[in-house]
Amino acid sequence: MTFSRATRALLLGITGLVLLFIHVPLALVVVNSFNVSRTFAWPPPGFTTQWWSAAAQSAGARNAIVVSLEVALLATAVALLLGTMAALALQRFSFYGRDTISLLIILPIALPGVVTGIALANAFLTVIGIELGMLTLVVSHATFCIVTIFNNAIARLRRVGGNLEEASMDLGAGTFRTFRSVTLPMLRSALLAGALLSFALSFDEIIVTTFTAGQGIQTLPIWIYQNLFRPNQAPVVNVVAAALIVVSIVPIWLSLKLAGPDESVAAVR
Amino acid sequence: MAEEQQSPSGGGALLHRHPRLRLGLLLGPPMLWLGVLYLGSLAALFITSLWTVDAFGGNIQRVWNLQNYRDLFTIDVYRTITGRTIATAAAVTVIDALLAFPVALYMAKVASPRLQRVLVVLVLTPLWASYLVKAYAWRGMLSNDGPVEWLLAPLGGGTPGYGLVATVITLAYLWLPYMILPMYAGLERLPDSLLEASADLGASSATTVRRVVLPVLFPAAVAGSIFTFSLTLGDYIAVRIVGGTNQMLGNVVYDSFLTGNNMPFAAAVATIPVVVMLLYLAAVRRTGALESL
Repeated sequence: MTFSRATRALLLGITGLVLLFIHVPLALVVVNSFNVSRTFAWPPPGFTTQWWSAAAQSAGARNAIVVSLEVALLATAVALLLGTMAALALQRFSFYGRDTISLLIILPIALPGVVTGIALANAFLTVIGIELGMLTLVVSHATFCIVTIFNNAIARLRRVGGNLEEASMDLGAGTFRTFRSVTLPMLRSALLAGALLSFALSFDEIIVTTFTAGQGIQTLPIWIYQNLFRPNQAPVVNVVAAALIVVSIVPIWLSLKLAGPDESVAAVR
Repeated sequence: MAEEQQSPSGGGALLHRHPRLRLGLLLGPPMLWLGVLYLGSLAALFITSLWTVDAFGGNIQRVWNLQNYRDLFTIDVYRTITGRTIATAAAVTVIDALLAFPVALYMAKVASPRLQRVLVVLVLTPLWASYLVKAYAWRGMLSNDGPVEWLLAPLGGGTPGYGLVATVITLAYLWLPYMILPMYAGLERLPDSLLEASADLGASSATTVRRVVLPVLFPAAVAGSIFTFSLTLGDYIAVRIVGGTNQMLGNVVYDSFLTGNNMPFAAAVATIPVVVMLLYLAAVRRTGALESL
């Protein structure tokens, strides 16, 4: 009872309005995917499922989904490896320059996306001299995905401490055995939550992608972006957007099951 | 249990005896990736910004000069775009802080634990929805026959249409969860007993908010603002979708890179958000917000 009744009512009212602000636009996309009007007139003059069947036929969208899945899987695999290694190094050892390294891990998401995008594109094209394509895209996605794995892993390592690992070593288990039978089981759910976030981040990314994917590769966000301004494609794009909103409920549900509250908050972004 | 007497053999034993070697092997690959590839790319970007392209072929001339930066400072349109981008980032940050504060306070200090969990999920949900879909959603909201027009027309208002206002609304919408969550996490750590003590000592709700809540909230808000500010500085997709003909720095970078085939100029423009962010980070460092990231 620290806040007066009026204050609490006011806070509740504002919270309700902000939640409306957060969810109404997304609901609109879903409703509009059934809107008869090609220009999404509001209120909808009628409802139809024809856009959903048209979208299901769209080969462009289907191919783009496959490309996005591939990129996200590969980038997440690389990030899992590098992020876990970095987390173990920074949590289980103390050494000079540790803070600088944790800053370096955050840097790819702390800097604006255009900077990361143009820097990597420039490095690939002018310094290394390779063509933009699948490889450069996966490398750039992995770069900003590392931090999601790192954040989850380091939060978990910090929470469980190093006692069990020391006990394992004292009992004669080697480095690899200790990692396999002690560290990894403790990390597993945190890594899964981090991987999920990393996957979602990569699947959704567009800014860095426009710089490092080159012309030949079309991820789903690129497909949406390129078709967004074409009036005859608008209803199909809207259906894909609505489908993405519906599908995004799956990782939310999964991440709630996987991680404790500390990690799901720490892992944001 | 003969096994436990055995000491580990092979590579494992070597690692077991040399923790520094273990550290080196753990740290090596991530450092190659982030320290060499990523930091190297940033350094190369800066070097490229000091080069120019020839007028015809768009080939890079590796001659050191400051022409790109001179253009940035002297040509009016770039000054305008830089100012517009920074102003947009500031507006988005302020709007998000104002919207996030009551929500975070309600979530952390008023709502029951059960409602609290529901609210966290409701705030987090849109983070999983696609960035592009969210920007696209506002294109629908603000269109000429969209819901905003429909809602506000009877009140004598209307949709702001596609432009700078729409861009600010959309970006504020996109980054709002990044502001709510650090604020919520910061307030969660504030013990309820402090609020009770404040009330017991006779402070009104407003005084408690001002004297107890805000000091705790400030570093959290700064942490959130790093995201809202940085993400806005680098955005060029949302402004393309809802911003009409307005340009931000990101558009200049992308257009110089792709359409203009002028990597050195794109590189020079891209250093502006980096410098702005570095100045911003240096300024907020003393608030202690960086530790709560």
